Amino acid sequence: MQRIGVFVCHCGTNIAGTVDVKAVAEALRYEPGVVISTEYQYMCSQAGQDMIHEAIRENNLTGIVVCSCSPRMHEATFRKTAQSAGLNPYMVEIANIREQCSWVHKDMEIGTEKAIILGRAAIAKVNLNAPLTPGETPVTKRALVIGGGIAGIQTALDIADAGFPVDIVETKPTIGGKMAQLDKTFPTLDCAACILTPKMVEAAQHENIRILSYSEVQDIKGFVGNFTVQIKKKARYVKEDICTGCGLCTEKCPQKKVPNEFNLEMDNRRAIYIPFAQAVPKVATIDPNYCTMLKTGKCGVCAKVCTAKAIDYTQKDEIMEEKYGAIVAATGFNPISMKPFDEYAYSQSKDVITSLEFERLMNAAGPTGGKLLRPSDGKHPHTIVFVQCVGSRCSAHASKGKEYCSKICCMYTAKHAMLTRDKYPDTDVYVFYIDVRTPGKNFDEFYRRAVEEYGVHYVKGMVGKVSPEGDKLMVQASDLLADKQLHIEADLVVLAAAIEPDMSARPLATMLTASMDTNDFFTEAHPKLRPVESPTAGVFLSGACQGPKDIPETVSQAGAAAAKVIGLLAKDKLKGNPCVAGSDEWMCNGCSSCERVCPYGAITYVTKEFRMPDRTTALRRVAQVNEAVCQGCGACTVACPSGAMDLKGFASSQIMAEVDAICK
Amino acid sequence: MQMTEFKPKIVAFCCNWCSYAGADLAGNNRLNYPAEVKIIRVPCSCRVNPMFILRAFQRGADGVILCGCHPGDCHYTSGNYYTRRRMALLFSMLNFLGIEKERTRVEWVSAAEGAKFAATMNDFVAQITALGENKRLEDLRCKK
Ligand code: FES
Repeated sequence: MQRIGVFVCHCGTNIAGTVDVKAVAEALRYEPGVVISTEYQYMCSQAGQDMIHEAIRENNLTGIVVCSCSPRMHEATFRKTAQSAGLNPYMVEIANIREQCSWVHKDMEIGTEKAIILGRAAIAKVNLNAPLTPGETPVTKRALVIGGGIAGIQTALDIADAGFPVDIVETKPTIGGKMAQLDKTFPTLDCAACILTPKMVEAAQHENIRILSYSEVQDIKGFVGNFTVQIKKKARYVKEDICTGCGLCTEKCPQKKVPNEFNLEMDNRRAIYIPFAQAVPKVATIDPNYCTMLKTGKCGVCAKVCTAKAIDYTQKDEIMEEKYGAIVAATGFNPISMKPFDEYAYSQSKDVITSLEFERLMNAAGPTGGKLLRPSDGKHPHTIVFVQCVGSRCSAHASKGKEYCSKICCMYTAKHAMLTRDKYPDTDVYVFYIDVRTPGKNFDEFYRRAVEEYGVHYVKGMVGKVSPEGDKLMVQASDLLADKQLHIEADLVVLAAAIEPDMSARPLATMLTASMDTNDFFTEAHPKLRPVESPTAGVFLSGACQGPKDIPETVSQAGAAAAKVIGLLAKDKLKGNPCVAGSDEWMCNGCSSCERVCPYGAITYVTKEFRMPDRTTALRRVAQVNEAVCQGCGACTVACPSGAMDLKGFASSQIMAEVDAICK
Repeated sequence: MQMTEFKPKIVAFCCNWCSYAGADLAGNNRLNYPAEVKIIRVPCSCRVNPMFILRAFQRGADGVILCGCHPGDCHYTSGNYYTRRRMALLFSMLNFLGIEKERTRVEWVSAAEGAKFAATMNDFVAQITALGENKRLEDLRCKK
């Protein structure tokens, strides 16, 4: 039998105004298990807590009920009080007689009666409480960052600076991501490479960072603090530690006709290649789809010219298994395919390009050496039409495109327009827009400079059709403000394609059991208060995999994710929530119902030897809950047909005792 | 037997993360609803075993309402989807068990919807009051 103390709070007049506190304390005095019942002005005050403390000591209480404000307010306070008096903190129950009683009722009699019933329910529950201790699990003090773009790099650097080892896994042969492909960055117009490449080098040289480029995550097991990850290092047919990155092989390789993905296939590279001059790691990679040696066994030019003897045609994919305490998803984004948007003639004309292709055309290291030339005939374009929101902000019922705003297009289009007018003042630049959205520090100023200083023609309205005619592109559009149709003879059309999460994000989310929204962006634990954490413990989000973001936002979110990771890795042990599920092995019949409903994969099955009453032993398959993973939702307790599964702190017997007390 | 005004007994299960907080908010905003409603806090709406609801009816409850986060907002991501299905199943059997279906309800109330919580409770209590006392399942032996 428990020895229960009941403490009823006046909360000034907040409770005492509509509840006869003394009568409640008196009525609860005779409930089963109660040995002391008393009231006080403010239970949460130091004096009130001292009173509880004393009462626990003096009466050898084994459980307490505080009738006061919502447990969401002071449950933690009273648990601490109980603990300081030597009582298990989970032997405390709160009856919410303020928010859910005195504040919503006006009549003293009614309020008092309800408060007594709520108190009774809490007493009935605490009678069945058992002391709980949160489980502890050790933390592997090492982080994994998936994705080596600016988001991943920044997160890794921040974690590494705090002294924890980090691995970056990147599928491409080099880190750098989308930012490495950009020319200039808004709103300051500094060159992307100038600010990115030093960070890439810093990451490569950091003693706490290991870069696993040309690698993929294949499998993730475990839980917060204890993940086991399988990583596939793809064969690059070049010994990474020996290659000096001199680039001789990439000049001598006879296979010259490989579309260069770094320049969005606007020019060609060789079968052995280094994606770009500042690649990290600066190591050559052989593309097995094009290499004649790998395909036919005849060639071997690169091996001949390599003075370092780094070429190894026999290399195989390697699988490695590593342990981590925290995982950061930084898988980034891609522009959507322009194929469904044929009204803009993207597939019909080489001179209809996407904004990312435009970035490469303007880049000094790009296919044209930074000269703005038409991809079709290499001529300088005199009239350029930019189309915004291609595939963004589409209606939910549209057959193509995304419902959301891609956020970055207004700004980069303003940048493109401005840079074009700056370099080539003789070009006419039109921008078609639905709305211009420039909320960001110095963003609107930037856009206005494009219009006012650089004379870019901004036209509110959408482009209806682009049709190639001769070497021109006929653009039909509407000008909504002037209420007229426009026909523009353009030389180049640039489409601001919507962005979408990288394809690798969905399978990764499945491996992580992290949730995603309908657009395949990772969901955050709370949209406002926990924006860089996934609801899955130990998984954090960095950059555009969580939603469209520009560089400043990405970097700040990357830092925030790193801070959360550091906070986790700094702990030696993780204290769990003790209110977790547990199964009675004797009742469990191994049916797997619980395993199927668990959203966290916390339940596994083991086959165990049981000593039966007749002294024989039997092997039985029974459920086992991983307490570090279980979040305590209770879904399994209801799914369990035999009633073996129960939730600590919210046991079926406890809830039914409350039901009974209320219905009495 | 003396006729007094019928005061229904109503049990409200509220998930800790949304609906219980919504009920607190109703309190913070001093939005009235009948005292017949007594709330039981559960971690998630999916913790509520249909058995608890039957137990309440057996013990003399006149109405049982279950509140959880809006679909898609469950703190445990998918809990309320289980709830929705389980309750649909349970409710479809209630008439067969001798309990009017109208004595039960599932409602999604977010932590920001104090007003909705109060309005829902007012409405539900009115509904149950109109239905009258739950005589059918109640075992007379429990009542004495
Ligand atoms: S936590 Fe509210 S329904 Fe699951």
